[in-house]
Amino acid sequence: MLRRLFSYIKPYKKHTILAVCCIILECVFELVIPVIMADIIDVGVATGNRAVIFQRGALMVVCAVIALFLGMGSARYSAICGQGLGAELRKAEYQKLQSFSFSNIDHFRTSSLVTRLTSDITTIQNSVATGLRPGCRAPIMMLTSIAMSFIMNWKLALVFCVAAPVLGVMLFLIVKNVRPLYARMQGSIDLLNRIIQENLTAVRVVKSYVRGDYETNKFNEANSELRTTSETAFGLAALNMPAMQLVMYTTILFILWIGGNLIFVKEMQVGQLTGFLSYVLQVLNSLMMISNVFLMLTRSLASCARITEILDEKIDITEEHAEDLKVEKGSVTFDHVYFKYRPEAEEYVLSDISLSIEAGQTVGILGGTGSAKSTLVQLIPRLYDITSGTLCIDGHPVDHYPLVPLRDAVAMVLQKNTLFSGTILDNLRWGKEDATEEEIREACRIACADEFIDRLPEGYHTELGQGGVNISGGQKQRLCIARALLKHPKILILDDSTSAVDTATEASIREGLAGYLKGCTKIIIAQRVTSVMHADQIVILEHGRIQATGTHESLLAGNSFYQELYHSQQEGVGL
Amino acid sequence: MARYIGYKKPKNTKKTILRLLHYMGAHRILLLLVIFLTAVGSLANIIGTYLLRPVINNYILPGDVPGLIRMVLLMALMYLAGVLATWGYNQLMVKMSQKVVSEIRHDLFVHTQTLPLSYFDAHTHGELMSRFTGDVDTITEALNGSFTLLIQSSIIIVGTIIMLLVLNWRLSLIVFFFMALMFLFIQFNSRRSRKYFREQQRCLGSIEGFTEEMVTGQKVEKVFNHEKQNYEEFCRRNEALRKASTKALTYSGMMIPTIVSLSYFNYAVSACVGGLFALASLIDLGTLSAYLVYVRQTAMPMNQFTQQMNFLLAALSGAERIFEMMDVPPEIDEGTITLCHATEEADGTVRESEVPCGSFAWKRPEPDGSFTLIPLKGDVRFHDVSFGYVPGKKILDGINLYAKPGQKIAFVGSTGAGKTTIINLINRFYEIDSGTITYDGLDIRDIKKDDLRRSLSLVIQDTHLFTGTIADNIRYGKLDATDEEVRKAAMIAGADSFIRRLPHGYDTVLHSDGSNLSQGQRQLLAIARAAVSDPPVLILDEATSSVDTGTERLIERGMDSLMEGRTVFVIAHRLSTVRNAKAILVLEHGEIMERGSHEELLEQKGRYYKLYTGQFELE
Repeated sequence: MLRRLFSYIKPYKKHTILAVCCIILECVFELVIPVIMADIIDVGVATGNRAVIFQRGALMVVCAVIALFLGMGSARYSAICGQGLGAELRKAEYQKLQSFSFSNIDHFRTSSLVTRLTSDITTIQNSVATGLRPGCRAPIMMLTSIAMSFIMNWKLALVFCVAAPVLGVMLFLIVKNVRPLYARMQGSIDLLNRIIQENLTAVRVVKSYVRGDYETNKFNEANSELRTTSETAFGLAALNMPAMQLVMYTTILFILWIGGNLIFVKEMQVGQLTGFLSYVLQVLNSLMMISNVFLMLTRSLASCARITEILDEKIDITEEHAEDLKVEKGSVTFDHVYFKYRPEAEEYVLSDISLSIEAGQTVGILGGTGSAKSTLVQLIPRLYDITSGTLCIDGHPVDHYPLVPLRDAVAMVLQKNTLFSGTILDNLRWGKEDATEEEIREACRIACADEFIDRLPEGYHTELGQGGVNISGGQKQRLCIARALLKHPKILILDDSTSAVDTATEASIREGLAGYLKGCTKIIIAQRVTSVMHADQIVILEHGRIQATGTHESLLAGNSFYQELYHSQQEGVGL
Repeated sequence: MARYIGYKKPKNTKKTILRLLHYMGAHRILLLLVIFLTAVGSLANIIGTYLLRPVINNYILPGDVPGLIRMVLLMALMYLAGVLATWGYNQLMVKMSQKVVSEIRHDLFVHTQTLPLSYFDAHTHGELMSRFTGDVDTITEALNGSFTLLIQSSIIIVGTIIMLLVLNWRLSLIVFFFMALMFLFIQFNSRRSRKYFREQQRCLGSIEGFTEEMVTGQKVEKVFNHEKQNYEEFCRRNEALRKASTKALTYSGMMIPTIVSLSYFNYAVSACVGGLFALASLIDLGTLSAYLVYVRQTAMPMNQFTQQMNFLLAALSGAERIFEMMDVPPEIDEGTITLCHATEEADGTVRESEVPCGSFAWKRPEPDGSFTLIPLKGDVRFHDVSFGYVPGKKILDGINLYAKPGQKIAFVGSTGAGKTTIINLINRFYEIDSGTITYDGLDIRDIKKDDLRRSLSLVIQDTHLFTGTIADNIRYGKLDATDEEVRKAAMIAGADSFIRRLPHGYDTVLHSDGSNLSQGQRQLLAIARAAVSDPPVLILDEATSSVDTGTERLIERGMDSLMEGRTVFVIAHRLSTVRNAKAILVLEHGEIMERGSHEELLEQKGRYYKLYTGQFELE
């Protein structure tokens, strides 16, 4: 899993190599400089040779300057590769996210998707940027120190043939046992956060049912669980400090004792003993660093898992059957189409839909809430894939069209209007990137949006808040229609998109559309009979089935649902 | 990685520290023990290193074997004490920090429960969540690690400085000069990197916002084939984040190498000047070599000290934000009237009942210590009520309305007309600015909030469900409801049939706000939840708006039996649902424009008529 995520570092390979080189060279200097330091004392000061002191001093300054640049380089390059990795991962995740179908999104929920894209990646990139240095340094330091100490005195070096494995095993045991504990702790944290989160979102429910105490009890249970698990986890992790000290001190004492005896029998020099001790400390310190890097990686493993889940999610709407096709005319045929959102769902949302819409026709769809009108039209641009049956545009099944030309040819104004933060102009340009001012004004005129846009102090440059909060529902609907018109589609779908517009405006939009988009197939979903009564064909949906099709006249003559709807909506006017 | 977040400086450090200490409670004494143990651990380390040279010079060189044994044993003892001390203070701090943070979390949560709704309106969930997560984490980390490391490094710094001064005060001036230089660099560098850490946070926020907006509007993105443009926009923001965070980490990563290099300079300069001093006989060579050993030791503790200090400051400012939230005054609740079970006898006297009997009474304490019982009827009246969420911006202006027991009152009007606001005032989610609201003749401000809310049941626009089984969620309305009662409530709401069709029926576990149910099914559960609580007054805010027509009829039927003898307030978008209301109130700009029955209002040919015939925008 880790290797897979780290493969995203590729574009920053050069920087990674540079970072590693800087770190290694820095290590070399850190091994050389103490030798010079020791020289100053042992040769220069001990013999009172000032020339040596000054010469070595100058050398040291030079080395220090080089080490400084190397240090800065390693800081810079490890930052570049860590943050670069993060940026690449975010890009990959976002791209994957864009190809998600709605059942994929449903699988994760928006808030969790956002966390996976932000804080999880931050965790990983920071562990790379901060872990790279100790991760590279420690093994080098350790190996060189071991080599040096063996060269110096192999008999004495045998001491850490015992010490290093002992510490290694101890640290390994700690890391190994802490790992599942961290996982459990993360579980407790998630549980606790979920309780808090639910309380914040459902604060009105909690307050109106006076369930404060109940929630507090629930919280207390999770809170003390978290306390116990983190006490155990941190308590165990905190053992690595004393463990390290124990081994380090014991080693020092043994070396002092054995080394002392070796000196007694003249097998060793005194100066070697001090040098030897510093290597011992170096080795043990490196082991400690390695275990810290492991602990850090352990904690970021959870984040890695959450990211790979996104990258591995199976996309359910694909282009595998696509041929080189374009929508030419815009006729739509449903032939015994069945649909359900999830394959495991028991009931179909749409059953046995057979419907033929000729190019250029206007079709109205009526039906109660939950009769699956919106679902029906969302099948056309393949926002969902049909479960069985065939759905053709111009005689070709929809999945034979590549997605981009298919969706280019179908414009849809959704029931849930979504406008994005940015100016009105920015939002309209979604329909056509390079639309001229002329075109935009024209589309707005047809959608009856020009009147209110012109009244806004900043006109087309008015900033909309997220979701277009600062304009009314009817105005939003009109903007969304204008945005769809700019696409010059072959098929235009209006999903209950004039519900908040008054009847007079609605009528003038309808007239405008008739003149503006000649030859374009129009499918209109509505609540009000008046919105669709002029259509070539009216479809009545009930519980996901077509209950009747016909014209206004034929339905009014023979369909009781239509009659009832028509009369109940006329009754007010008639009074 | 809470540690990398750019933090603000705490404003009142002393007060915050005192309050944190307060959380340690009895453990405060143990803090002294921790300081003592840390000192022992550090001293064992320092003296151990210090003793090496005398041991070599005085015992190994002369070949004094018994002396060496003695010294090795002595050092062993000291080291053992050091290890034990390290183990001790680490474990103590883990325990203490967990105690402190779990209590802080607890107090914060309990306080959150008492906060008025206006507080939740003014702060985003993310913001409030970060009090519980980020801010608490910085405290844990500071207590777990920084605190003891800080003590340790101060001891080493002070010890080293003393040794340097003792050995040669003139030479130590050089060390002080370099220490000052290091200190200045650390300050400068943390300020510089903090700037970019903040920039990084800002970029991260912009990516979060963008992703959220695009995920919610994904259907539109697909319909308009806008993936490429959005991806480009995302890459632009992503690149800005990458640049900012690269800078932030570059600067913070430079800290250690720079300090190390400065310490090399320090050593080289000290050695050279020391050499000159030796020439002038100001220092002997033995002292100079000992002196230089200490010079070598100055860099790391210095670096550690400032780094840990920064973490500690971050934790303190986190604690300060937490305490600020804890200091937000809770909801006002000065009411004294409580709700009790009661029976009304034939002659009209009301008697309190120990066991639930289906009817309730208000229990008002009198000055003489006795109680007056007023039967709960569900008579709600607004007298000249004015209200605004923010001072100076009135949402409701001089509202007068009445709902007699058992009446169904429907509110109609466009968005922002004040429908939801009126409902929020009845159960005192917000305090009115002027006027009075009475409930069975009692001012609602005199009724204890919990009891007031217990007498009302609310089904609101956004249904919120909790993680748990379906039965648990329904039972939320009445915690001790039997399985039978839960079933009955579900049947009233029309939820029983779909629940039984789920693979685990009533024991089906709901995840994150019921995401595995449809919106309509969630609505039905919310209705069942209200039904099981069996309230005298029912408040429905568009409760049936996303249920399909068939289900809607089911609910209406259930609601009718539920509404028997109860006062009901309904907000509805769809006029068909309000048609059978006793009275319809048409609201516009916080004022009641019309009141009457469906027929009466149609006849008036006013606003309701226009709404109803679609001549007016209804949202």
